[in-house]
Amino acid sequence: MTTQAARGAEDLLRQLAPQVLGVLVRRYGNFDLAEEAVQEALLAAVLQWPDQGVPDNPRGWLITVASRRLADEMRSEQARRRREERAAAQVPSDEFVAPPPGDERRPSREDDTLTLLFLSSHPSLSPASQLALTLRAVGGLTTAEIARAFLVPESTIAQRISRAKQSIKASGIPFSLPPEPERAARLQVVLHVLYLIFNEGYTASTGPDLQRSELTAEAIRLTREVRRLLPDDGEVTGLLALMLLTDARRAARTRADGSLVPLAEQDRKLWNRGYIEEGLALITDALGRAPLGPYQLQAAIAAVHDEAARAEDTDWPQILALYALLERISPNPMVTLNHAVALAMVRGPHAGLELLRRLDGNGRISGHHRLDAVRAHLLEMAGDRAAARESYRSAARRTTSLPERRYLEARAARLATPANCRSTARRST
Amino acid sequence: MKYVALVYSNPGAFEALSQTERDELMSEADAYLKEFTESGELLGGGAALADPSTGKTVRVRDGVPAITDGPFAEAKEQLAGYYLLDTESLERATEIVTRDPAARFWAVEVRPIMDMAGPEM
Repeated sequence: MTTQAARGAEDLLRQLAPQVLGVLVRRYGNFDLAEEAVQEALLAAVLQWPDQGVPDNPRGWLITVASRRLADEMRSEQARRRREERAAAQVPSDEFVAPPPGDERRPSREDDTLTLLFLSSHPSLSPASQLALTLRAVGGLTTAEIARAFLVPESTIAQRISRAKQSIKASGIPFSLPPEPERAARLQVVLHVLYLIFNEGYTASTGPDLQRSELTAEAIRLTREVRRLLPDDGEVTGLLALMLLTDARRAARTRADGSLVPLAEQDRKLWNRGYIEEGLALITDALGRAPLGPYQLQAAIAAVHDEAARAEDTDWPQILALYALLERISPNPMVTLNHAVALAMVRGPHAGLELLRRLDGNGRISGHHRLDAVRAHLLEMAGDRAAARESYRSAARRTTSLPERRYLEARAARLATPANCRSTARRST
Repeated sequence: MKYVALVYSNPGAFEALSQTERDELMSEADAYLKEFTESGELLGGGAALADPSTGKTVRVRDGVPAITDGPFAEAKEQLAGYYLLDTESLERATEIVTRDPAARFWAVEVRPIMDMAGPEM
């Protein structure tokens, strides 16, 4: 099999994984065992398809193989239960029975993928478990792949997935879409999980962490899938646009040695034009017809940055207006930080510093290194080199990101020499 | 976020405990490790360290190595072991470590591990 064909088969498996799992859970009602069986079937496909070729009906093939594994598992599970004198009657028998063909209640393959996303990001699960289960049950990644991406031992991911499945089992969460009244709120959690997966991959630098960047691709793939299922939801489209418009800058945001390149200094020729165009089209479409939401606004801000041919062409007044809106509909200290930067770019550093002062008493961010880093940057813009240097150093002490610490230390060191030896400081955020 | 939990104790501190206390400590420590490994928050790869007197400290100055016996720091409490945590926050990490029996007898320091990932600047 050629590399391209292998890649195609992998994409196919990833797309079929949640559909096959949906069929099994509906037919046999045991999410825990069904999920294991699907993993085994995917593994079997990875091992057999390259030699034997992709079957004519790959979905049917996977369902057959997974069902066989599941039946074996359930037989031994039931035997175990009988030994323990706990009757299998605990499980309502109709859950084991496939609905008749043409049954009105029978949901589509699409609904199954969506149902699995809602299930994997159920609010009763810890965020770490939500991420792991989403990647495995919906994304079709193996435990080993997830472990490599999160830089933890495989056994840890296995524990998180198994704990998530126990919670689902114990709380008797049905395998169905959440009822209408809570669906919007639950969709927010699904989107947040996808956003976290994206970020985990996006913030990874090059080199040893390269595998983590696959998380970004996976998050985009899953969000595309959600958008295909919910094309009219503005926030789903907004999130997809935000991911594309952000990921477009990937190649420019780090140097080969893993050091960070601030937006203003990035080589914009390295930006991914295809992603930018796609993201722009998506966000324009969403803003034109859907109710406004935080992902759409963040995507719009990313779009304004991406549209500027040079850093100095950036339409800061528009970014400022978007941050003001974002702060109104979704206030949080991180938004205020970025708002302060935009304000400084439009009305000067003192206006930005004034806005930052509002955050000093805010327990959620007052000791956070990002507040110091932004303050340092605005103080540098204002020409207060000594205070800027102190803030950069304070931020460098507090960050837990190694590339960021190096960046902040370098900024501080640059301010140690008298101003007339250096060109005017450039903006960095 | 990943954290390392550093267990500090006086050399010989374990020996100084009564047999009952030692047994209690060991079984509590096992239960502690099991509970948080199962929650997916305690990562494998931790270790207990041999007595500081069994170690060497290496310094290379102007290309000349100087190797001395014993620990680097003259502190009363020495590093006795460590383990890794991966939790939502530092608050959660300290909440877990509060349950470590070693924290009751000695002290456990929780420190964030630097991440190679960097935010968008």
